[in-house]
Amino acid sequence: MSRTSEVYLDSASSTPLHPAARDTLLAALERGYGDPRRLHGAGRDARLLLDNARAVVAECFGARPDEVAFTASGTDAVHRGLLGLTAATGRDGIVHGAVEHSAVLHAVDWRPSPAHARVPVDATGRVDPRAMAAAAARSGVGAVALQAANQEVGTLQPVDELDLPAGVPLLVDAAAAVGHVHLPRRWDALTASAHKWGGPAGVGVLVVRRGTRWTNPFPGDDGLDQAGGFPDVPAALAAAAALQAVLGEREEVAARQHALVDRIRATAAALPDTEVVGDPVARLPHLVTFSCLYVGGDEIVSALARRGYAVASGSACTASTLEPSHVLAAMGALTHGNVRVSLGRDTTAEQVAGFCAALADEVGRIRAEAGL
Amino acid sequence: MTAPAVEIDCRDLPCPRPIIELARALPSVEVGDLLAVVARDPAARHDVPAWCRMRGQEYVGEEAAEDGAPRYVVRRVS
Repeated sequence: MSRTSEVYLDSASSTPLHPAARDTLLAALERGYGDPRRLHGAGRDARLLLDNARAVVAECFGARPDEVAFTASGTDAVHRGLLGLTAATGRDGIVHGAVEHSAVLHAVDWRPSPAHARVPVDATGRVDPRAMAAAAARSGVGAVALQAANQEVGTLQPVDELDLPAGVPLLVDAAAAVGHVHLPRRWDALTASAHKWGGPAGVGVLVVRRGTRWTNPFPGDDGLDQAGGFPDVPAALAAAAALQAVLGEREEVAARQHALVDRIRATAAALPDTEVVGDPVARLPHLVTFSCLYVGGDEIVSALARRGYAVASGSACTASTLEPSHVLAAMGALTHGNVRVSLGRDTTAEQVAGFCAALADEVGRIRAEAGL
Repeated sequence: MTAPAVEIDCRDLPCPRPIIELARALPSVEVGDLLAVVARDPAARHDVPAWCRMRGQEYVGEEAAEDGAPRYVVRRVS
């Protein structure tokens, strides 16, 4: 079925391949099939491409090449990163923000510890860095996890204001933020996911600073070179090419997206009984979330899809677990009737205007059918 | 907690129906009186307080109905 007429406004879930990644991927598929550990020609070719990918990603994240690992996904990077930090410190307790990605919550649940602590957020979804530092000072805490920006509401977290006790490493999940905003500088481990920035799926990134103690928490050799087994060399190189391209155009794209999102925020805020959630200023440029009273999340997502607009929702009825978004719940926000809109690098003003008109129509229609 | 003037049974209704029924039932109680909604839907725990905040009503709290289902109590203030 053709999707060419659909306006894709769900880039925070997954982004189409950046044109720079497509060309690189096709070229690397020809040359990057060998085992980079081998000393023959195909192996050397693969090693060259993998080292190139690692060098580019390292430079983009302000790291050294030997600090970078490619993983199977962003989720895998979080699991390996966080559990590898606690394995190395020998203290299982993890302190984390209440609105972290479920990858963090699952890693925390993996090894129960009385020292685990979930730090609450305010109504905009931001953690208090002092509360987080205080929680991290308790005995048994082996690592702290704080995202750079929230994946559902776009709020930026005060990572660089976090003053942690010595010996408690910080993992920053940057998956939602990479390519959209300046990344925090204060971290010991950093994770990201290529398909969120325009690279291929199946490529996660884990960066561990050289001075940070980290041990592979899963079966296999220690070290970052082949975390999770044989690397997808062409995909890693394509991910690196996309990252470089996205960072090169970031300021121009972000400024445009920020203004377009302001229009959507204004439209949503003007709808009756509708709450725009997340920080209005200290936020991701391309993402906005709002909740409409008396509207089902599945109803509004399906209605907008019929009108040609692809959006996401944090409402329970759209989740496989039938639980509402833990992010919205932690913020005290309305969880039903939730819509998350995330723009692409080429989303136009006309598309946003069309979306705003369709949104107002469909919310009004659904409420009228409910008799409200 | 004093007994609510009106209790609506939304035990088996999916989100957002409990909130829709709550909004519909609000005019049936006097200003100052309590209104309760019984709902098993997990979103109701978050959405009843959020509805109160957005609609300017008072969220009193959660208790258990006789069969153990969560009951959310609201005071009409306007």
